[in-house]
Amino acid sequence: MKDAKDRIKTFLSQFFGNHELQEDDDIFAAGFVNSMFAMQLILFIEKEFQVTIENEDLDLDNFRTINAIAHLLERKTTVIAAT
Amino acid sequence: MKIELTPQQEKYRSEFKAFVDESIAPYADQWDREEQTPSHVIQQLAQRGYLGAVLPQICGGSGMDAIAFGLVNEELARGCSSLRSLLTVHSMVAYALSKWGSSLQKEVWLPKLASGEAIAAFALSEPNVGSDAKAIETTATISGNAYLLNGQKKWITYGQIANVFLLFAQCEGKPSAFLVENTRPGLFIKPISGMLGVRASMLAELHLEDCKIPQENLVCRQGLGLSHVASSALDYGRYSVAWGCVGIAQACLQACLHYTSQRQQFGQPLKDHPLIQQMITEMIVNVKASRLLCYQAGYLKENRDPKSIMETSIAKYFASTTATQAANHAVQIHGGNGCSSDYSVQRYFRDAKIMEIIEGSTQIQQMTIAQSGYSESGARV
Repeated sequence: MKDAKDRIKTFLSQFFGNHELQEDDDIFAAGFVNSMFAMQLILFIEKEFQVTIENEDLDLDNFRTINAIAHLLERKTTVIAAT
Repeated sequence: MKIELTPQQEKYRSEFKAFVDESIAPYADQWDREEQTPSHVIQQLAQRGYLGAVLPQICGGSGMDAIAFGLVNEELARGCSSLRSLLTVHSMVAYALSKWGSSLQKEVWLPKLASGEAIAAFALSEPNVGSDAKAIETTATISGNAYLLNGQKKWITYGQIANVFLLFAQCEGKPSAFLVENTRPGLFIKPISGMLGVRASMLAELHLEDCKIPQENLVCRQGLGLSHVASSALDYGRYSVAWGCVGIAQACLQACLHYTSQRQQFGQPLKDHPLIQQMITEMIVNVKASRLLCYQAGYLKENRDPKSIMETSIAKYFASTTATQAANHAVQIHGGNGCSSDYSVQRYFRDAKIMEIIEGSTQIQQMTIAQSGYSESGARV
């Protein structure tokens, strides 16, 4: 979990300049993201963690913070492991 | 590091080139004048599997890799940019639907799009809305178990013949994506003619007057129409257009190499004049540079790398400005002949300009690329 959060933070940091991103910072509210960000984030998550983001995952709350993304990954990998 | 096509990609390239040389390039000027793409040509694209290029074989697609898809775009555009634009918009919808469509939407539409039984078009632009997509004025109102669509769409590539539109509208104030079949009552399709370039691409306006579609035609979720559905589609669109620009620039270069070898002025072939050589050099170098940027974007896209989004934007920006410069040189080199409908370079010139406007204008790309550069450096715009 800690490792996943670090990898997410490293990826997100490139969009946040010198701002030190915290695990509970709302990345959408911060206003740092542009129109291509959503696709870049999804591609990152899918490639980095070998999961597929589906329609049903697309609740913005799943992507709002580093912690939220980590929790989504935890749920998805649990589902994959159980199947 | 190795930049080299695989044997399969080489085979594809030879096939695309032969098809374009024989069945597309000799007729493209005529289609441009008639402002029509003959249906038998679209059927040929379908039979060859090009319309299902971005779809996996499991749903009837060709399952081409990103580089092969790029190559078919380059070759088609070398012959006819209008036809390339059909592949662009059809593939944009197919890709977005394969990523964000419901199980039912995928089951119904992907096999039809893959085989070319259905042609798809992308309906985002409006009379008052171009680059500022968030400002779309078309509305979708919930009415029982249906949506009622009202508004107008404009500049819809192949809108005259599309069977289904991926259409964007504000639903409860949130941009959302919908599938709209061309048979829906309340949808009126008005052809657009007299455009500057890509004149055979059968543009249309769509007028929606209480056009009723079932709730299951919503693609993805309400509010994610632009950030996810349109963004996915437009990323593929930019990639397709970038390669298409390489094709236009390559066609300009080939035309100029031929013309300057034949044409004599001041007692010597044009090719021996240094200022002609300067223009030829710029064309050769920029075509190669554009193609390399497209290879880079394709390689990243094939690997599902998040960097592919910006690299595609960079490739589109550079290739589209290269195409307009190459076409400008081509007309200049051809002189009066270049301004005549007897020579294809006048078509390349008109088509190239359109490439700097569609799928994110040059200025939008400049803003996006600069912003990304500042972000990467740790600063902010």
